[in-house]
Amino acid sequence: MTTRKKVLWGVGGALIVVYCLFPIAWIVSVSFKAPSDLANRSFLPTALTWENYRLILTGGASDLFLPALRNSFAICLIATAISCLLAMFAAYAIARLDFPGKKLILSTALVVAIFPVISIVTPLFNLWRQIGLYDTWPGLIIPYLSLTLPISIWTMSAFFREIPWELEQAAQVDGATTWQAFRRVIVPLAAPGVFTTAIIAFFIAWNDFIYGISLTSTEAARPVPAALGLFTGASQFEEPTGAISAAAVIVTIPVVVLVLLFQRRIVAGLTNGAVKG
Amino acid sequence: MASIEMKNIVKQYGDGFAAVNDVSLDIADGEFMILVGPSGSGKSTLLRMIVGLEDITSGDMMIGGKRVNDLAPRDRNLSMVFQNYALYPHMTVYENIAFPLRLSKTSDDEVRRRVTAASDVLELNDHLERKPANLSGGQRQRVAMGRAIVRQAEAFLFDEPLSNLDAKLRGQMRTEISRLQRRLGITTVYVTHDQTEAMTLGDRVCVLRKGKIQQVASPRELYEQPINLFVAGFIGSPPMNFLPATPEGDRLKTPFGDVRIDPARAGKLGGHDLLMVGIRPEYFEDASLVDEAKRHLGSTFRARVDVTEWLGDSQFAYIPYEAPEAITTQLRALSRELDAEELRTQAIVSIDSTSRIREGREAEFWLDSRKVHVFDPETGDNLTRDAEAGAELTRMATQDRVEQVQESQDRASADGHRMGGATAASA
Repeated sequence: MTTRKKVLWGVGGALIVVYCLFPIAWIVSVSFKAPSDLANRSFLPTALTWENYRLILTGGASDLFLPALRNSFAICLIATAISCLLAMFAAYAIARLDFPGKKLILSTALVVAIFPVISIVTPLFNLWRQIGLYDTWPGLIIPYLSLTLPISIWTMSAFFREIPWELEQAAQVDGATTWQAFRRVIVPLAAPGVFTTAIIAFFIAWNDFIYGISLTSTEAARPVPAALGLFTGASQFEEPTGAISAAAVIVTIPVVVLVLLFQRRIVAGLTNGAVKG
Repeated sequence: MASIEMKNIVKQYGDGFAAVNDVSLDIADGEFMILVGPSGSGKSTLLRMIVGLEDITSGDMMIGGKRVNDLAPRDRNLSMVFQNYALYPHMTVYENIAFPLRLSKTSDDEVRRRVTAASDVLELNDHLERKPANLSGGQRQRVAMGRAIVRQAEAFLFDEPLSNLDAKLRGQMRTEISRLQRRLGITTVYVTHDQTEAMTLGDRVCVLRKGKIQQVASPRELYEQPINLFVAGFIGSPPMNFLPATPEGDRLKTPFGDVRIDPARAGKLGGHDLLMVGIRPEYFEDASLVDEAKRHLGSTFRARVDVTEWLGDSQFAYIPYEAPEAITTQLRALSRELDAEELRTQAIVSIDSTSRIREGREAEFWLDSRKVHVFDPETGDNLTRDAEAGAELTRMATQDRVEQVQESQDRASADGHRMGGATAASA
């Protein structure tokens, strides 16, 4: 590559990074602005203030924000765990076994994934009220499974398909039951796939707003995105923009941490050396 | 250790295609059996049916006298080396070899003892803590073998284990496998399409074609008394030459002159107008270099040499000939089936490396007519096969083999005593 090409690539890359990260930088900047400073017509706050963070963590909005944060974490983690476990078995079956209705399951999963959430939420609201799931954790976990399972099954079956079938056969010849072969050979090799899927599933659940706002009414189950929508300013004439930005920054942190933590686990090429290379 | 018996084994796929068709084969306890054939002959399918990875459509599979058709692979107690080794990439070499023992809940001490014994035999001691990804092809292959020999399996199964190695390593591993098998004396079934492996490793070789057994015999019998055109063409490199011939009394008229057949064999040729003579390259010789004493045992002919190849220790000459349509079609079909490139109607002739025969000139050749075989071009059957002589060759091979196994086991156990520890062989 010539120097000229390198420079062009560098400039192009930088442009894309700026374009992608600019909104986030703006939110961070807004979160440090005092209410009076919000309309200062400049990117940076005139004076850096922690007021917004204080407000949502210890101040007036903390009653709304902190329980929501707890709800979000718990609900999303539980939904992710269940979805990964179920998807792992389903994907294994889809990748390895030949059974009638395999195509049907895969296409149903796809249909569920592209089905607009807003069209299900009203009937679900009625149903949940009748059977007592409204405003409870399971009341959100179950719809979240419907969001995360299809994509999890698709991603994981792609990963399982990558693993040479011979490994499993070798394990069976070595004396393993199907379950032992799955647990001791397939699962360790599929681990990067499971982590990738877990992260995707967690994001989907974490970012949900429609279910969160429609199927909850109190802090018993309300997740963060819904809580953000309910923030109010100190008076009715004041926009809660600063507080919302601060909350948004805090909500983004676990996602960033998650990606940084698992980045190392999502390494391709773990199956190197299984077969000739 | 156990014998393996197959009775009328059939493998039929859903679309009715029979990959293995009515195969009956007895493999004796401790025998080294080779399954060989071109691709699509069903040899790997047969092996996978023995180990239990493939369902058996009909027939009986007996291992050690017990019917195993419905047993899962883990209950058959066989060990297998896969073509691509199938090592577990997330485990160290040590854990890879120990895996079968871990599954059978062997104590740690016992695992260590057995893995060490196996890695001693395979010279893997320096690599036990490494991951398969960091090993060379030959080392991976040895790890796969280690995993196979670490437990007391009833039999070893190899599925083209050397096809991923380069030529030099392949030769090395071939002798390694042979030594190991003699030493452990375990029944072994070995699938290959490489005829060098088939000829050098096997006590007996089973030649398969389109899911059917053609011939089961010692390598020598296959070479000298092939049962049909297919086996004759498959075994031997360079391959046997097939020439058109018309019988006239006790003579066969061929493009290379008349070949005289001894009366006993000539009697079997009656009733055919067109025949095919199979002559191995080494039955030819440069006529000027043939000893007077044996000259009368064959016939001489003159032919133009197309190409010669001088290899130092040997020399090959290519002699084109004309053949009638019926023969060329048959030869073309055969070469297609053997995965060979289109055969031209030319004979490959092995001559002494000191011969001065040159390309493009006419030369005189001598042809040893004692060992030629005559085939029926329609059915491919060998009309001059001497079954008794063939069986004798296989009997001799079996006898040799018993002695060899005895000897190498004596030696192995002597080694074992000297080292003061048990080896995988006695374990």
